[in-house]
Amino acid sequence: MRRAIILRPAAAVLVASALAGCREDMEVQPKLTAYSSAAAFDQNMAARQPPTGTLDREALEREAALGRPPAPSEALIRRGAERYKIACTPCHGEAGLGDGIVVQRGFPQPPAFTEPRLLAADASHVVDVITHGWGVMYPYENRVAPADRWAIALYVRALQLAQTGKDAADPAPAQAVQR
Amino acid sequence: MAQVFRERANLFMRLGLLGLAILPGSLGLLGFSYYRSSAYTGVGRYVEQPVPFSHRHHAGELGIDCRYCHTGVEKAAFADLPPTETCMTCHSQIWTNAAMLAPVRKSLADNRPLRWQRVTSLPDYVYFDHSVHVSNGVGCSSCHGDVAAMPLMAKAEPMTMGWCLDCHRDPAAKLRPEEAIFDMRWQPPADQPAKGRALLAHYGTRAEHLTDCSVCHR
Repeated sequence: MRRAIILRPAAAVLVASALAGCREDMEVQPKLTAYSSAAAFDQNMAARQPPTGTLDREALEREAALGRPPAPSEALIRRGAERYKIACTPCHGEAGLGDGIVVQRGFPQPPAFTEPRLLAADASHVVDVITHGWGVMYPYENRVAPADRWAIALYVRALQLAQTGKDAADPAPAQAVQR
Repeated sequence: MAQVFRERANLFMRLGLLGLAILPGSLGLLGFSYYRSSAYTGVGRYVEQPVPFSHRHHAGELGIDCRYCHTGVEKAAFADLPPTETCMTCHSQIWTNAAMLAPVRKSLADNRPLRWQRVTSLPDYVYFDHSVHVSNGVGCSSCHGDVAAMPLMAKAEPMTMGWCLDCHRDPAAKLRPEEAIFDMRWQPPADQPAKGRALLAHYGTRAEHLTDCSVCHR
């Protein structure tokens, strides 16, 4: 009889704690993940805006990369072609004629890269337009990394050379790429 | 003294015993089929979104690359949802008065992000990383299905641990060459076993470690 008095509450505690184990939900942990909501923060977002006047650790490196044209190479052109296809073709089109699918659906037509003004422009002009936008084109600063902007500029130059019919063996185009 | 049970009771007794024998098995089978069914896994269930964004239109008909919007997919664990500016890159000029896009314009004007609802979600104890998958031969559609054919976004695969392990145990069966990662209609070619083994070597993946607990759990 006395054993039962001890055993029954013990069993009850054991069962209760075992059931509590079932409720402990590891699937939803009390932590903030990408895009989760956080009532304590602005706009209920876990992702926070950096305080005004602060720079992230890579900001200076990104800034430096913008002013530092990389040496042209086949790998860089390939990278540029890939990034161009992702970010630019919807409007500028595969060949840079300004006939992308979004333009076909009514977006204002951008100029072809073979326009004299653009043939004469420096590669840094392309980088600058990607960074800050131009006319109705939004800035792509947050979507295309600085090194990739130079790669795209190089690919745009390659498109221009391909369409203006200059011989690839001619040294002039090579200089044009580096300009 | 009269018999308590009639002769027919023997039959009921036997049927009852048989029922008792198959009951646990059938309950198990019922539970098993429920946890495998889309009612539990949510496969094919559309999720209501603030704007009825169509991947079929944008990724399929227009052919916009996945990475135009999901910019983090090659670099980070999270593939990234596009900020409102990305939508407005085109929609500041086209479909500018569409009622369907009113929440997008309001989001830009108020500087308040759209609240997109998750379609796929893993438990918090799973540490999934998009970049490590797409840079090692796993294509988008292997997990997300043919997104370019979906007018509204639905979960394409159950995303259970068993489903993850299907690939982690035999990655060669699904690995793709680098140029096919973002191809929504990619299907394994006839010689996939041989190609898959070559791709494992190409990506430098040590398949024997893919089922280690710490690969997905910390």
